[in-house]
Parts: sequence; C-alpha cells; structure tokens
Amino acid sequence: MIAIVNYGVGNLGSIQNMLRKVGAESEITADQGAISRADKLILPGVGAFDSAMDSLSNSRLVPVLKRKVVDEKTPLLGICLGMQLLTRSSTEGQTPGLGWVDAKTVRFENGGLKVPHMGWNTVTIQRDDPLFRDMYPEPRFYFVHSYYVRCTDNGNILTTTSYGHEFCSSLIQGNIRGVQFHPEKSHKFGMKLLKNFAEMV
Amino acid sequence: MLKTRVMPCLLLDGKRLVKTVKFKDPNYVGDPVNAVMIYNEKEVDELIFLDINATKQAREPAYGVIANIATECFMPFTYGGGIHSIEQMKRIFALGVEKIAINSHLVMNHDLVTKASEKFGSQSIVASIDVKKSWSGQYRVHTHGGTKNTGQTPVEWAMHVEKLGVGEILLTSIDRDGTYEGYDLELIRAVSDAVNVPIIACGGAGKVQDFGEAVKAGASAVAAGSMVVYHGAARGVLINFPSAEALRNILP
Repeated sequence: MIAIVNYGVGNLGSIQNMLRKVGAESEITADQGAISRADKLILPGVGAFDSAMDSLSNSRLVPVLKRKVVDEKTPLLGICLGMQLLTRSSTEGQTPGLGWVDAKTVRFENGGLKVPHMGWNTVTIQRDDPLFRDMYPEPRFYFVHSYYVRCTDNGNILTTTSYGHEFCSSLIQGNIRGVQFHPEKSHKFGMKLLKNFAEMV
Repeated sequence: MLKTRVMPCLLLDGKRLVKTVKFKDPNYVGDPVNAVMIYNEKEVDELIFLDINATKQAREPAYGVIANIATECFMPFTYGGGIHSIEQMKRIFALGVEKIAINSHLVMNHDLVTKASEKFGSQSIVASIDVKKSWSGQYRVHTHGGTKNTGQTPVEWAMHVEKLGVGEILLTSIDRDGTYEGYDLELIRAVSDAVNVPIIACGGAGKVQDFGEAVKAGASAVAAGSMVVYHGAARGVLINFPSAEALRNILP
C-alpha cells in the first residue's frame, strides 16, 4: 500500500487515479496508523513553501513520517512542492524545510524567462535509477514552479531540465526521491514513473 | 518534443459535454469525464474546458464536474466559464485545475485579471477572446457566448488584455466554430502580430493541415473542437485525436 500523505493541500485524486491505472494500491490519508503501515509514501504539495510546511506541521504527521522515512528507510516520493519540502530551506519563506535531503530550494532568476516555469519540458537522465527504468524515449513532463532544488552533492541529481539553465528536476538520496514535475499530469511518462515507483523493491 | 501544443477545446453546459456550430445549437456529445479518459489514452498534452452557459445563466461554475475532471485528467487543463472573482479562482485552482480562462468578465472587470495574475501568476490566466465579423466585414469582440457585441476590435482588445497581465490568449472565431473550414488565418495574423503572448487558435479546424496553417499565421498553439469529438461527415460522436506521427509531419 502506498500512502499519499494528505495534509490539506490540493487535489490528490489524479495521483491516486494514476496509481490505480498502473495497478498500484494507494490511499489518500492523514491517518498516522495508515502511514505507519504503508510500504511506500508519496508527499505531494502545491502552493507556497511556508504555508505548506505549516499545514504539514499542523497535521501532526511529521514525527510518523520522519520515523518511516529517516529511521525505517521507507521509500518516499516527493512531488513538486513536496520535493522542495524535503530540503533544508527555501528562499520562498522563512520556515525551515524537513531537511531530509541535503539541498536547498531557490528561486529561478532567469532574466528574460518567465517565472513560474510552466508547461511540458524534457528531462535528461543523469544516473541510473529504477524510477526511470525503461522510460519512453525523449521523456517529458509537466512543470509548474517558480523555485527549484539545488543539491549540495550533484551525485544526488537524477535528472536535469533546462529552463534558462540546467536545474535538478528530480533527485535521490537513499530511500528518498523527489520530482519537481507532476507525474500525475504527464500521461504516459508520468504513468511509467509512478509504476516504477510502485514496483520498486 | 513537439513545440506546438495541440489541445482539444471542449464545451460544457454544466455537467454535459456539448458542441456548437457558430456558437449555436449545442449538441450533446457525452460525459466530460469519459472524454477525459479517452484523451488520456491518446496522450493529449493539454485540454481546455469552457462552460458556455455559466455566464449567460449567471450561475457558478459546476465545481463538482470540474473536480471530477481534475481527478481523471492525466494532463494539465484550463477551465473557463462564469469566473468573476478571485475567490472562485482559488477554489478552481484548489480542485487541481492548472489555468483559468476569462472572457466576459474580463470585459466587465479589468481589475480582475491584474489581481489574478499577480496572485496566481500570469501563466495561469488565459484571456478567451471570441470574435465575429460584422455584416460589413469588421472583426468585433463578443462576450456572453457570442451574444453581446463589445464594439472592440480583437487587435485593440488583445493588446489591452496583454497589458492587464494575461499569460496567453485563446482566440476563437465564432464564424468558423464547428464549420471544419479551417482557422480564420487573417484574424490570427492580425492578433499575433500585435501581441507577444502566445495565441491559441480556435474555431474551424477540420484536418491536421489546418493546424500547420494556423501556426504559419502566427499561432503558438492550436485548439480543435468538432474535429476531436465527431467522426465523418455525418458527425457521429467519436472522441478522437490525431496521432503523434500525423502531427509531427505537419507541425514544428
């Protein structure tokens, strides 16, 4: 069972539907018991960094998530802002992030380019990982974000994407993975990625 | 990656999916969620849903239907119809909608777009501009599902809404809607020459070659209605979408 952590931000229905479509059982939940029992976790997120961190703290789920992810090494996938929350901080706000990955979240300063970076964009795979196993050629995903994650160790970068400059569009640190794009809005590419996550051992 | 976005533009009347000809005679073509599930299979990159009666009937968007669409939709989508406040927009975005299109209320309330693009980012706000030729052949912007003539020319109006802060313009020819006659290229050329924001051409697509013509005329993206909900001259309802190969041969 994959637990999609529901701390009150956004519509999580399309993530669950896509998982169902690839044959993976999931539950949208804010229940500590359900999260404790989950084999895998998805941390979604949309909106502003501080308000999402506040919602997550108010949900009282941080301790159980920490135990699962940091102590028990349960596979976690952060999506979009959910990935950014895993970093230590964001220039978008003052509230510290979860700090489970060695990275910071910073704003796009692209000069001429529009922020947010919104639309389909390609990703370039930088290291081998089950998440992108047998991915369709020319993988592309749907992005909506004004901030991106900068890893301290470039070795943690799974894929890069170009928007003004190359940035980390997905990362890995042990059992923790994060994707800046929305797999649930990226039809066959997203479906393959979520299937890979669901089938990961 | 195909640079030109090709998107079905689907019309809602509340819960029902309909299709018009020249903005008239809405014909029931099925359930919007079913259509979304078929477009998922077809790997469509983006969808537009417009509720053609919300403003005319002065009613709220059908939030339940929009939520159901968002839940099933494995691609980004735009919703338009009956949007006149920031509160409504917050609610729509929270349902999982990527962009909001504004048409009639853009004409009635200029501040709305400026506030919305400051709050949500201009990329999430689409100006929907419906254009009809007058009896003397002049292009004029119409609102309320084509029933009210604003007297504005599309070029002036497009320049104005660009200044207000919209991220893109959905430019629809009322005269070509549902006709399969191809896009109004003169209209596309005039408006795309006047503004920098991307233009989504809409109204008249009958075959993939029409997409190519619209792009040559200056459109950044193309939308299709009848072509993707009907099949054949008899207009039997069949949710469909051109293959990636067919598009790749025509579009940049």
